[in-house]
Amino acid sequence: MTASTPSESDLWRPNRAVSKRTEFVVKIVFGAFAMVSVATTVGIVLTLIFETVAFFQVVPLWRFLTETRWTPLFSSAQFGIMVLISATVMVSFIAIVVALPLGLLSAIFLSEYASPKMRSVLKPVLELLAGVPSVVFGYFALLFVSPLLRTATPAWLQSIIPSWDQFIPGLQGFNALSAGIVLGISITPLVASLSEDALFAVPRSLRDGAYALGSTKRETIIAVVLPAALSGIVSALILAISRAIGETMIVTLAAGQNPRLGLNPLVPVMAMTAFIVQVSLGDTPAGSIAYQTIFAVGMTLFIITLALNIFSFWFVRRFREKYE
Amino acid sequence: MTMQEPQTSAGNLSSLPDAGSLFNINIKFRYRLDRIFQVATIVAISIAILVLVVLLVDVLIDGLPRLNWSFFTNFPSRRPADAGILSSLVGTVWVMGIVALVSFPLGVGAGIFLEEFSEDNWITQAIEININNLAGVPSIIYGLLGLQVFVRIMEPITGGRSILSGALTLALLILPIIIVSTREALRSVPDSLRLAGFALGATRWEVVLNHVMPLAFPGILTGTILALSRAIGETAPLIMIGALTFISFLPEGPQSPFTVLPIQVFNWVSRPQAEFHVNSAAAIIVLMAVLLLMNSTAIFLRNKFQQRL
Repeated sequence: MTASTPSESDLWRPNRAVSKRTEFVVKIVFGAFAMVSVATTVGIVLTLIFETVAFFQVVPLWRFLTETRWTPLFSSAQFGIMVLISATVMVSFIAIVVALPLGLLSAIFLSEYASPKMRSVLKPVLELLAGVPSVVFGYFALLFVSPLLRTATPAWLQSIIPSWDQFIPGLQGFNALSAGIVLGISITPLVASLSEDALFAVPRSLRDGAYALGSTKRETIIAVVLPAALSGIVSALILAISRAIGETMIVTLAAGQNPRLGLNPLVPVMAMTAFIVQVSLGDTPAGSIAYQTIFAVGMTLFIITLALNIFSFWFVRRFREKYE
Repeated sequence: MTMQEPQTSAGNLSSLPDAGSLFNINIKFRYRLDRIFQVATIVAISIAILVLVVLLVDVLIDGLPRLNWSFFTNFPSRRPADAGILSSLVGTVWVMGIVALVSFPLGVGAGIFLEEFSEDNWITQAIEININNLAGVPSIIYGLLGLQVFVRIMEPITGGRSILSGALTLALLILPIIIVSTREALRSVPDSLRLAGFALGATRWEVVLNHVMPLAFPGILTGTILALSRAIGETAPLIMIGALTFISFLPEGPQSPFTVLPIQVFNWVSRPQAEFHVNSAAAIIVLMAVLLLMNSTAIFLRNKFQQRL
């Protein structure tokens, strides 16, 4: 049979060897693609370590950690990283103070109160807010929020408190407060959407149990649903903090470029990311101390965000509630 | 809050006329708290949306009068009234084209490998943890990577501070997003389809290519469009790469110096003159229009896809 009609036999017996070889090649190529992400991580770590080691050969670690001024580009250079960290922490703290209540309450509304129709409208709107580029938020912070916060108070308020001439007295054109508020707005959708996922995953039976015991809806949410979703909410919060710390354009545009140690939100400060941008805007030759400094600052940023990520990972593993 | 210690309630019971009022204790107050809480959640989400509206309206009021045809066809200029976005618009198209060309095959290929081909061993798990970690790395760190690897080390290939360097950096930045959305799209295809393919004697690759991919493709495309729209708005890594802020010529190839829309916006915002701020508002309108178009395409695709499965 096979001898008389070879062509038909070919139809029934496709060339398995070719198929298998194709599959092998595809697997190798796609496997290599998957390794690109690993290579990226290795590249990031090696890049940072390489230049950071060069940096610390010029500037001892203790100077980096203990000096109280940040003037790496001056002739009498000082490298107190705490100056940049204090600004970053302050702006991020303001951002979280804004984003946590807004994001969490929005998530509660979407998951517990909103009708399905309302939810289907509001979620894409929040996603839209999440998709706004950070440079646009920077524009908003510098040219809308800051002037708004600096406007003079109305006359009738001034007549009550004569010295109150400005909504926030002493607020300067560049300041950590506006940057922090707008940064908080920009990470609110992240907090809201991740918290909502966590709240949504809490099974109905838990809520029903609480209602059966006579709880009101608010009592159920606060005493049962929120604790059950705690691990998800905390990981959303930590992700938001890490996003706030690494955010660049809002703090560069609105918080200013003025390295200053301290936690006064009314004056210009310089965040870690803002310093990196400031140096990058000039033409820094490779191998110069300025070039190495941005990598040292980048390394500090990387370590802080990595530590947050690892903590979040650990927390979720440790405190995750599993439901049927 | 709702429960009391047994002893207290027992003690109270004697002073209370009937059990019914025990359960009704404070019920009015509790419902009022409920309403306050509900209003608070509504206020919160309203504030978030209100800010979005205010932001858009503010930008539109500032920038709309400035939008005219010459704004699109002029190069940047020292005189704000003559300045336009031609070079940054063309630069954005160049960068996004290369980003899409690089990140789409890499991301989809890696996603297919991790979801369909790999066994659940330590290598796969390491890659997975790694991808999760990469998603948490600030974008400016990618800028440092690009500066060192693409601008410095690979300068003979990329041409230094060029379109190619910027595009490769952004491609690495959005790779985790594409991988994750590819895997989600593949996971949503039912296993019965794969088994049917295997039963007919197809290899795994043939099953993936001919059976799984056609169904998963809209989902993958949605994820890719969202990832690209993220890349379009990225500013910080490209500043690190050295995207120039003042370019009065069009790029000739992937090795040309370049600028992109967000950088142009950043440049104009950070100048002191208010006229440049108007320009940046107008450029933001263009940027947001592109983003809106991409996002709505993605949402449209997602809805269409969901109806079909």
